[in-house]
Amino acid sequence: MNPGQSNPLPNSFRTGPDERGHFGNFGGRFVAETLMPLILDLEKAYAKAKADPSFAAEMKGFLKHYVGRPSPLYFAERLTEHLGGAKVYFKREELNHTGSHKVNNVLGQIMVARRMGKKRIIAETGAGQHGVATATLCARFGLECIVYMGAVDVARQAPNVFRMEMLGAKVIPVQSGTRTLKDAMNEALRDWVTNVHNTFYCIGTIAGPHPYPMMVRDFQCVIGDETREQMQEAEGRLPDSLVACIGGGSNAMGLFHPFLDEPSVEIFGVEAAGHGLTQLHAASIAGGRAGVLHGNRTYLLMDDDGQIQDAHSISAGLDYPGIGPEHSWLYENGRVTYLSATDDEALAAFQLLSRLEGIIPALESAHAIAKVVELAPKRPRDHLMVVNLSGRGDKDIPQVAEILKGEKK
Amino acid sequence: MSTRIDARFAELAKQGRSAFVTYMMAGDPDPKTSLDIIKALPNAGADIIELGVPFTDPMADGPSIQAAGLRALKAGMTLKKTLEMVRDFRKDDEVTPIVLMGYYNPIYIYGVDKFLADAKTAGVDGLIIVDLPPEEDDELCLPAMKAGLNFIRLATPTTDDKRLPAVLANTSGFVYYVSITGITGSASADSNVVGEAVARIKRHTRLPVCVGFGIRTPDAARAIAERANGAVVGTALVDALRGTLDAEGRATGKSVAAVADLVTALAQGVRGAKQAAE
Repeated sequence: MNPGQSNPLPNSFRTGPDERGHFGNFGGRFVAETLMPLILDLEKAYAKAKADPSFAAEMKGFLKHYVGRPSPLYFAERLTEHLGGAKVYFKREELNHTGSHKVNNVLGQIMVARRMGKKRIIAETGAGQHGVATATLCARFGLECIVYMGAVDVARQAPNVFRMEMLGAKVIPVQSGTRTLKDAMNEALRDWVTNVHNTFYCIGTIAGPHPYPMMVRDFQCVIGDETREQMQEAEGRLPDSLVACIGGGSNAMGLFHPFLDEPSVEIFGVEAAGHGLTQLHAASIAGGRAGVLHGNRTYLLMDDDGQIQDAHSISAGLDYPGIGPEHSWLYENGRVTYLSATDDEALAAFQLLSRLEGIIPALESAHAIAKVVELAPKRPRDHLMVVNLSGRGDKDIPQVAEILKGEKK
Repeated sequence: MSTRIDARFAELAKQGRSAFVTYMMAGDPDPKTSLDIIKALPNAGADIIELGVPFTDPMADGPSIQAAGLRALKAGMTLKKTLEMVRDFRKDDEVTPIVLMGYYNPIYIYGVDKFLADAKTAGVDGLIIVDLPPEEDDELCLPAMKAGLNFIRLATPTTDDKRLPAVLANTSGFVYYVSITGITGSASADSNVVGEAVARIKRHTRLPVCVGFGIRTPDAARAIAERANGAVVGTALVDALRGTLDAEGRATGKSVAAVADLVTALAQGVRGAKQAAE
């Protein structure tokens, strides 16, 4: 299907999902019966929290004093000079406590879990950023924390495994399937089905069964809401374009959503093209089609029999064969443009940013920077481009060092 | 509309006994051996055959059935070939009900209408699709009913009295009660607790109630058969098959017999039950 041709455009892009969790044809609640009552409970608990001013006040307090928000909107002067086009701003989510945007969502979900009286928190993690954020908030609120992580990711993101354990979480390496993020999610779902009575599943991205894609998006919208205010303050107007990397797509949706109904704002999501789109990659929109996995209908990488295919990305956080259902919808209605960056492009951007701005980005965020390098020079100098610097790269240094050492040989 | 499943339960009611339902993964460890096993099941004592459709990401299954699915996929099994297997089985057996059990994505990609037509033609009688709760009935459940296939729903310990009517509303054939909160092949349930749960479900429906998850032995099968209209065994059979495979995971001369022998023993357990639930 070509983008923009599926349905007439909606009056607003911000009203979804419907009461059954659908964004157009995407989303839904494709889960085992054992989980269904829990998901309905969660939906109620979240709706109640959302309507309660004390919930918002509590969130605001922790976001300010514990997470360190608002995160700065920083004018990247040297990168802008280097690229010779659009004025590039960074939304500095990597400065949050725990080093990425993940904490915004985890804080919200832990607040909901506490209201539901759940004492045991489980999570899946790819790069470990969501796992670290979950372990951190569980430590802060005295909750038991179990993190499922693919065995391949445990090996390539060792610093984060150590951080989670230091914070008191139990990290369980997942040996099934491809031993990456998708299998970690399968295993977390299996745990949840087994321990339904006391367990809260803290999903790290805007995927999974309704209400997760909506709830996680709502918690991440603080990114775009702040950006709007900060840009108003800095430049007196809206930005002209937004760029963010996408695995499941929560940092991107957090930045994009508050701007979806501003037609003047161009929006770009960047998927991981791995070794290239004709080889192993993790770009579900560029290389996949609509299917059902992990509780929702969305774009997925699969074969002609509907079997899910292995994703590949240099970045463990993007190494997932799906994408949040709201992104699938924004792709089909054409509101957001989806691009992709290869491993090599991300690696180059990782080094460029380290040298030019003194900021070592996460390999995930480096995918977004890689496309800024292409997009910014084609835009005029008064064009305001915001890129979400969703995470810091400390966790990636051993992996990148290993790769660069290999290249020199 | 009466299906092979309805006819089988009517016949068993006349005999005054419960059903023995066997689960095997289609294509495990290869399509040919798998067909031989399926063909051997009715003579060994299986009353209803559940045939797993392999899927890469079986989120409700334990390690045994996950591994069985991966063996089948490695041997080239697909949904299309699973339907071909049912068609081959039907050449010699027109009465034993076959229920396909799996996950929605392969069916969604095959195309719902085409799948239902092909499944009906092949001789499939019912579907158990783990990740399609009543909230998603429009997807497959309602079209399947229209096409004359039973859509068999899972009820679980978390399905309370308030929710049961919604779960049972579009269910036909039988109700599959998952006796534990968990994945296949994990803990086993206390048969008295299961008996109470079955009685609770029966207050809401006249459909037969079969119980699965955690049944591994003839004694356990007997205990369940005394309290429900059927006992489902899956992981224990898959494990029996796996025990006969060579180091590369290929079938050996013992593979078909090992499954048939265990089915015979379990069927004796079910048939030895004092009294079927009514």
